[in-house]
Amino acid sequence: MTLQLATPPRHASPKRARPGRRMSRFDLRGMPYLLVSPYFLLFAVFGIFPLLYTFWLSLYDAELAGDREFAGLSNYAKLIVDADFWNAVFNTVGIFVPATVPQIILALLLANALNKRLRGRLFWRLGVLLPMVTSVVAVAVVFSQLYSRDYGLFNWILGLVGIEPIAWQNEKWSSWIAIATMVDWRWTGYNAIILLAAMQTIPKDLYEAAAIDGASPRRQFWQITLPMLRPTIVFVVFISTIGGLTLFTEPVMFEGEQIMTGGTTGQYQTVAMFIVEQAFRGSFQIGYASAAAWLLFVLILFGTMINYWFTRRIGGAR
Amino acid sequence: MITRQPVNRLWDAGALTKVVLTVALLLSAYPVYYMFIMATRTNDDALDTPPPMLPGGNLGENVERLLSTEDAYFLTGLVNSAIVATTVTVSVVLISTLAGFAFAKLRFRGSKILLGTILVTMMVPLQQMGIVPLYELMVTLGWTGKLQAVILPFLVNGFGVFMMTQYASQAVPDELVEAARVDGASTLGIYRRVILPALRPGMAVLALLVFMQTWNEFMWPLIVLLPENPVVQTSIAALNQAHGTDYVMLFTGTAASVLPLFVVFVLFGRQIVGGLMEGAVKA
Repeated sequence: MTLQLATPPRHASPKRARPGRRMSRFDLRGMPYLLVSPYFLLFAVFGIFPLLYTFWLSLYDAELAGDREFAGLSNYAKLIVDADFWNAVFNTVGIFVPATVPQIILALLLANALNKRLRGRLFWRLGVLLPMVTSVVAVAVVFSQLYSRDYGLFNWILGLVGIEPIAWQNEKWSSWIAIATMVDWRWTGYNAIILLAAMQTIPKDLYEAAAIDGASPRRQFWQITLPMLRPTIVFVVFISTIGGLTLFTEPVMFEGEQIMTGGTTGQYQTVAMFIVEQAFRGSFQIGYASAAAWLLFVLILFGTMINYWFTRRIGGAR
Repeated sequence: MITRQPVNRLWDAGALTKVVLTVALLLSAYPVYYMFIMATRTNDDALDTPPPMLPGGNLGENVERLLSTEDAYFLTGLVNSAIVATTVTVSVVLISTLAGFAFAKLRFRGSKILLGTILVTMMVPLQQMGIVPLYELMVTLGWTGKLQAVILPFLVNGFGVFMMTQYASQAVPDELVEAARVDGASTLGIYRRVILPALRPGMAVLALLVFMQTWNEFMWPLIVLLPENPVVQTSIAALNQAHGTDYVMLFTGTAASVLPLFVVFVLFGRQIVGGLMEGAVKA
């Protein structure tokens, strides 16, 4: 493969014999399908099939490696009144909001700063991207330590202003904040770079004209930058929504043990953890877990729509 | 040289900008710095508040303890992650350039619909949604606990196809493809001699992103692999579970797990930033 790259790229040699008619017919008509087929074959086996099979399974009362019996929509009916499921949904949304809103706002601020005339541009950009290069598991290990009750940095700082040490794991609100900051920390810089790229495509003339009209930098930001960035903000929010609503690694590592309960009373169990707990820990209820997976998908669709509606209004045409 | 009048002060980096960026940089760097410092310290130091700011002399001992902690299989995990991430990266780049070439430069029935399907399914969290069937599939194939179980599902990477399609449609002029056709080049010949050379910068960026993404995978390996044959992330999770109070050893493992990514980042940082920014504008 790599050897082929070394061949001179310029021109195809004109001296090559023309291939036979039939061959070239296939070459034009069939070859494109052959080229895209590796992707679609893998996609069918490891993408579409699992997705549809999950739905089929969700209609069965099924255990991992056990009996299965058709159950209609009863898994969904049970889920809708399952307090543990709703607790997981509540936690997921509760972590998602503080993991996303500050992230996008800070990313905008950071992108705006990076967009100024600066010395050492690459240095600053690499600096804000550093968290993205740190693996999620590593981030969770480090932050769990920073949030430790007795020896953590955060409690030490709070202690300086006279606040008693917080057992971050124990309460809903505190565990949500701890987990959300892990997400914020890892993704803010990445989003800033994406937003920066979009900012740089905004024609400078717009700002020149606004400056001549006497618009302050702040006004220019609200009236020009933000509206022009809207498609990119939609994109960034979109990606964050999918990532945020399927959150798994951070809370699992925060818990330390891989039991998926999300704390002693499930105070930070997310929906993804709930699915894994149902299917692979203890009860092995794969039918039930599959129904939960589809409801998670509905939640994502719903979340995406709300965010889309909300983001469209940002800096909207007033 | 013409100096524009009036000069828009918006673009000058004022004191506030520099403060914002410096604070951002410190916040970005501190947790990473803390991780490396802890890897060189003792467990007594780890409990100091405020946490130590300077490296200690305990790195060698921590590494030794990490490697001799048998139930974590850390070295195995590191090697497995290297194998998995490399295989996935090479395959995804190859699959994506083939498909990207077809979508960007060849005309065929249904190409719009196929590309649209990829875009739509990029938005579906396939791994989380399909985790149970994927697991059953691996059981049926007898692949649970084996590396192919964590390689094959990650080859489905719609983002790669999308990125290479975008890249090919901009980096390769249609005339070049036409000229090669007139010269009698076959489709595969065009791919090899015209497309691949032009795609090389984009392929490099895609490779870096896919490598980082695969190195990072956690949920699926946790489900399908066994503790004695882990990838590096699940090995750290095992360390965290069984030896969570041996902080400095845990941090040594964690630091070792991000080191390969940091090396890549330092060597190719410019390309990564460039690739991300280009991709963002095209998206």
